[in-house]
Amino acid sequence: MTTNSPLSPTEREDLRVIAGIIIPASAEFDVPGADDPAIQAEILRTLGRDAGLVHEALDELARRAGGPLAVLDPARREAAAMKLRARGGAAVATLARVVLQCYYRDDRVVRSLGLEPRPPYPQGHVLEDGDWSLLDPVRARPPMWRLP
Amino acid sequence: MKDPVDVLIIGAGASGAAVAWSLAETKMHILCLEQGGWMNPATYPSTGRDWEARFYCDFSPSPNIRARPEDYPINEEGSPIKVVNFNGVGGGTVMYAAHFPRLHPSDFRVKSLDGVADDWPIDYWTLVPFFEENDRMMGVSGLAGDPAIPPRNPPMPPLPLGRSGTILAKAMNRLGWHWWPSDTTVATVDYEGRARCINLGHCTPGCAQGAKASTDITYWPAALRAGVELKTHCRVRAITTDEHGMAAGALYHDEEGKEQFQAAHAIVIACNGVGTPRLLLNSASGRFPNGLANSSGLVGRNLMFHPYAQIYGYVDEPTDSNRAPPTCLWSKEFYETDRSRGFVRGYTYQFGRGVGPVFEAVTSEEKGLLPWGAGHHAAFRRRNGHRLAMSAICEDLPEEHNRVTLDPVLKDSHGIPAPRIDYRISENSARMMEHGIASAKEILAAAGASDICVNSPILYGGWHLLGTARMGTDPERSVVNEWGRAHDVKNLFIVDGSLFVTSGGVNPTSTIQALALYVADQMKRRLSNLFD
Ligand SMILES: Cc1cc2nc3c(=O)[nH]c(=O)nc-3n(C[C@H](O)[C@H](O)[C@H](O)COP(=O)(O)OP(=O)(O)OC[C@H]3O[C@@H](n4cnc5c(N)ncnc54)[C@H](O)[C@@H]3O)c2cc1C
Ligand code: SF4
Repeated sequence: MTTNSPLSPTEREDLRVIAGIIIPASAEFDVPGADDPAIQAEILRTLGRDAGLVHEALDELARRAGGPLAVLDPARREAAAMKLRARGGAAVATLARVVLQCYYRDDRVVRSLGLEPRPPYPQGHVLEDGDWSLLDPVRARPPMWRLP
Repeated sequence: MKDPVDVLIIGAGASGAAVAWSLAETKMHILCLEQGGWMNPATYPSTGRDWEARFYCDFSPSPNIRARPEDYPINEEGSPIKVVNFNGVGGGTVMYAAHFPRLHPSDFRVKSLDGVADDWPIDYWTLVPFFEENDRMMGVSGLAGDPAIPPRNPPMPPLPLGRSGTILAKAMNRLGWHWWPSDTTVATVDYEGRARCINLGHCTPGCAQGAKASTDITYWPAALRAGVELKTHCRVRAITTDEHGMAAGALYHDEEGKEQFQAAHAIVIACNGVGTPRLLLNSASGRFPNGLANSSGLVGRNLMFHPYAQIYGYVDEPTDSNRAPPTCLWSKEFYETDRSRGFVRGYTYQFGRGVGPVFEAVTSEEKGLLPWGAGHHAAFRRRNGHRLAMSAICEDLPEEHNRVTLDPVLKDSHGIPAPRIDYRISENSARMMEHGIASAKEILAAAGASDICVNSPILYGGWHLLGTARMGTDPERSVVNEWGRAHDVKNLFIVDGSLFVTSGGVNPTSTIQALALYVADQMKRRLSNLFD
């Protein structure tokens, strides 16, 4: 876990809790939740310029929950999270995005989607050719452009 | 003060590169100043695991989000469409999607044909040799025989139809509507030293493979070999004039931020539809109090964006998603004017192939389509890899109140006043967008798609920056003449998207570059009396 995190320990804990509410672990799909330690570490490592808005969203969350999320029971945590989501706005959207963008590049999650855990370059992908005879009816059309 | 150069080009993007290459054969001393730097494809997002996330920060198409020192900020509070661009060698082509249609012949005659806006001072046929030269230099892939456009012969075969193209083609055939594989500057075979596309699928934030034709890997290497000089991280503050009202040179900030002056016999501006009026307005002086070349008052006015109406849905079968370049098919079914549709002029559909998992998750979250909690996984899996998308590229007509001015407060990293955008979507464009949405819903229905989503206009969709220093024969109604020379300043030329008189309903870069080659050709033909 990063030592010079832009978030306080309480905020980090609230981030972990809300990430787990957004995407809980699933035995059915064999995936961790977004509160998984490796995913959390990746979120904190790459927070960068999003730190300000994430901080704002967590602040708002704590206000709505009446204190740190971590000390609440699951039902009240979820109620506070849903209220935050309903409020919307740039801070909440940023919080959701930083969770989603780290979750959906985690090796375990990417594999569970049937994708390979690698960057696109240098291997690339294969694009199926398709059937160009589909163009026949279009080829048969008379010119459509106007001659001024 | 530095020795004067024969030609000073400002901006090394799509048009600046083309004009530099074309003028190089004159053997004149040509210097280009570019505010950004050279790109290093080895650091493009598609080389790392965070390839999608970087789209939201250092590789955002929005200069206000990217916010590097070379990205000047833009006050766009007065516009429902936000500007996207790229500042560096290659300009917008580093980030463009490489969709490469040409304007149609009718686009140059909108007043005569449809009674709106103005005719261009040149026609499609004048540009044909330059379209062809540009297709060769950029390397265009496509298929001859499209009945919707005049004949042309792309030098490379088209991109494969793929899964998304096949589903869309069948849907269009069911409706009896026109479609064709898009012309694109993605190399489908090895081409002039460029490796062919290997379907990294993430073309807009730079192509690590070098298959997408950005001008840093097409025109620029050829121009530099031919003797053109290019100085990067040099931002031009203003163009100065002499006692004869001719352009004398440019004041610019060099790599270290120091102010320098470069004298020049002729100056060519290629800073795009926002950067060019900004520079002309920042060049106001005692001789030109309203900005340089602005006796018409039209510098910065008539800004056209092409409002994009984006529509997408989800099909049961898998689409190409991020496993292919985003360019796929186009449709010109609604391109030429048909007043029974309730609007004048028309639009192109640009069909996409789908998106990667992070984009799918983030955009579906924004639309409220992904539940938080246990239902998240199943809902995401129903959508991921199943998206089918299209955009109606709607022709914007020129309106003087849509404009670029200088912001009184906002400044760039050198303290130079930044541009401000004021823009409204017109009634005609709004009706066109509605039509585009309704027809797209028919296409998606014919493809069996559900969960239809609309982004209209695309918020960060101001990628086509046109019309703010228009060409024309009447100095009271245009900024430059019919071959790109400023009416007011006889050694000042403009070659970028600002020249457009009307916008057509297609992505503009093919036409921007053809125009740049045409202006360069006109300059070469008139070298002995260029300033008369
Ligand atoms: C995300 C995205 C997708 C796009 N997709 C497509 C597409 O599929 N098809 C299409 O046709 N078009 C597309 N475009 C638009 C395309 O990039 C532009 O039309 C094209 O690049 C414009 O060419 P230009 O020469 O007018 O200006 P640009 O290419 O923008 O070049 C202007 C250059 O001038 C430099 N400059 C500006 N001011 C100064 C100054 N004061 N001093 C020094 N240098 C300066 C800038 O840094 C820049 O490099 C897209 C653009 C973006 C951002
Ligand atoms: S899909 Fe092709 S053109 Fe696009 S980034 Fe990948 S290799 Fe380059």
